[in-house]
Amino acid sequence: MNIHEHQAKEIFRKYGVPTPKGAVAFKPENAVKAAQELGGDLWVVKAQIHAGGRGKAGGVKIAKSTEEVGKYAEELLGKTLVTHQTGPEGKVVHRIYIEEGLDIDKEFYLGMVLDRAKEMPVMMASTEGGMEIEEVAAKTPEKIIKVAIDPAVGFQGFHGRDLAFGLGLPKEQVNTFISFAKALYQVYMDNDAELIEINPLVRTGAGKFIALDAKMSFDNNALFRQSEILSMRDLSEEEPTEVEAGKYGLSYVKLDGNVGCMVNGAGLSMATMDIIKHEGGDPANFLDVGGGASAETVAKGFEIILQDPNVKAIFVNIFGGIVRCDRVANGILEATKITEVNVPVVVRLDGTNAEEATEILRNAKIDNIIAADNLKDGAIKVVNAAKGA
Amino acid sequence: MSILVNKNTKVIVQGFTGKEGSFHAEQCLSYGTQIVGGVTPGKGGQKHLDKPVFNTVVEAVEATDATVSMIFVPPAFVADAVMEAADAGIELIVTITEGTPVKDMMFAKAYAVKKGSKLIGPNCPGIITADECKIGIMPGFIFKKGNVGLISKSGTLTYEASNQVVNAGFGITTAVGIGGDPIIGMSYKQLLPLFEADPETEAIVMIGEIGGTLEIEAAEFIKENISKPVVAFIAGQTAPKGKRMGHAGAIISGGKGTAKEKMDALEAAGVHVVVSPAEIGETVAKALKK
Repeated sequence: MNIHEHQAKEIFRKYGVPTPKGAVAFKPENAVKAAQELGGDLWVVKAQIHAGGRGKAGGVKIAKSTEEVGKYAEELLGKTLVTHQTGPEGKVVHRIYIEEGLDIDKEFYLGMVLDRAKEMPVMMASTEGGMEIEEVAAKTPEKIIKVAIDPAVGFQGFHGRDLAFGLGLPKEQVNTFISFAKALYQVYMDNDAELIEINPLVRTGAGKFIALDAKMSFDNNALFRQSEILSMRDLSEEEPTEVEAGKYGLSYVKLDGNVGCMVNGAGLSMATMDIIKHEGGDPANFLDVGGGASAETVAKGFEIILQDPNVKAIFVNIFGGIVRCDRVANGILEATKITEVNVPVVVRLDGTNAEEATEILRNAKIDNIIAADNLKDGAIKVVNAAKGA
Repeated sequence: MSILVNKNTKVIVQGFTGKEGSFHAEQCLSYGTQIVGGVTPGKGGQKHLDKPVFNTVVEAVEATDATVSMIFVPPAFVADAVMEAADAGIELIVTITEGTPVKDMMFAKAYAVKKGSKLIGPNCPGIITADECKIGIMPGFIFKKGNVGLISKSGTLTYEASNQVVNAGFGITTAVGIGGDPIIGMSYKQLLPLFEADPETEAIVMIGEIGGTLEIEAAEFIKENISKPVVAFIAGQTAPKGKRMGHAGAIISGGKGTAKEKMDALEAAGVHVVVSPAEIGETVAKALKK
């Protein structure tokens, strides 16, 4: 789960990670009021969307008067921002964040993520603040300093020194940096974060380190014990069909093709997408209906897949284990009564009671249900069906 | 022969009396697995499925000499259950539960490894030695006895692979579902040498997916250490970047962990990499005929 910049900074402040003073606004008049309350003579107006690259896309404005804050707020709220992370359709700005301007001496990068190979969190720092870290990693990997932190011992002074001296900080700034990094480690661990990125982390003229930007995402599996984080979820930032699927325990990801997929199990779902592509088609989605594949979930699955107008045919690929295929077959027939399915549906059922299941589907004599013998046969049939052949 | 578990393996179930635990323990028993008891705190002294229930794993181990535990407790209690099993000296801990927080596994795995326990999962179908011992939720009949070892991150795709191997005229020695989470217990690299050493296993099927580097590490290991033919399929060739595909660990982050880089690494290590998931069985057949 992702949150907005202003929410991440709220969390930072609780842990003593320095951030600029700021306030969130949903309306232009509130933005002006926020700027007046913050005081000073320079403000930054930042679009709040769940995607990076906002600056380049015109989502971050510098205002020299409160009138300008109002003007930029007016301009940004309701605007669709297209960044390299939003996709071509972009994201609508529903809220903005007004921040005090800072006297910036230098920009850095500081991030934390799970190192899956080491099985512990790693903190990464770079002097190349403001640049995409993936780009730095590709072009100048030597400019990224990484320290893996064993959670059994936590963040130690040496972790901080490795980073601070690695960044080439003068010795009088080392301890300031270390307290920043140590507080950030605590933010990561306490909140079951999956990723934290501060890009840029800035050093002010006075030698203070401040998180100028903040990006955080969280381990979905830990949200049951992070109610405060969960309350920050902004559903308007998520793909509506994915949210809806989630409510029914289905895992759905929209893709660009025209062959809908409904499969039990994540690995087999991915494999089904792959074989559709291999046989010359294009998958329209990933959809894992879970182990059960009951009539209700299958019906819901059809409904979700058919919300995508590109879908020309659907491949139902179920490998029955504990769940019996004859039950799944009946579930599919029932589902077509609950949800109208007006495209060809290729059904491949294998595993427990597969033969009985195929019988059930054949005897039902529904025109647009096509039975397939195996994975390959199903993939070929559905690709042809989507082509109208 | 087989790896890790066989007909003599004594198994306890943590989360024995719960809905999932009961259902699958019963299925395992009817497969022939020696389930010798289970643990549900507060229900010690009762009988369930005709087997004794204990309050703690230590008690269960003392009374039954079990060496393996199968865990079905809810996600919030997985770390505790894994560490309890490790502390009680359980040699192999198989965690079926899906949805465990990453942070919990970070601590639990480190602890289990320190205690010398082996870990399978979480978020996996379990482990099965054909006709001898099923510890998990897989449909036993799909795994006909044979000479192919199977290691997979996925559940139903494991069944698909086994089914293809059987349809091609072969069968399975042991199949291990290693799980789809970002932090899991035994990986390909720890299981491959066991299959290499098992005289009955003549070929190995490896099912991977996007995310992480386990398949890349496996490729490096295979190059140096594995003489038996390995057939591999990597799921998620068509998966978009930055999107989680069902499994918590199945995500391409920062452009890393793609199917292509894994397939290339395996190919370079001499593995028979199949592009289509429908070609696993026939490729095993070809590899074994050589």
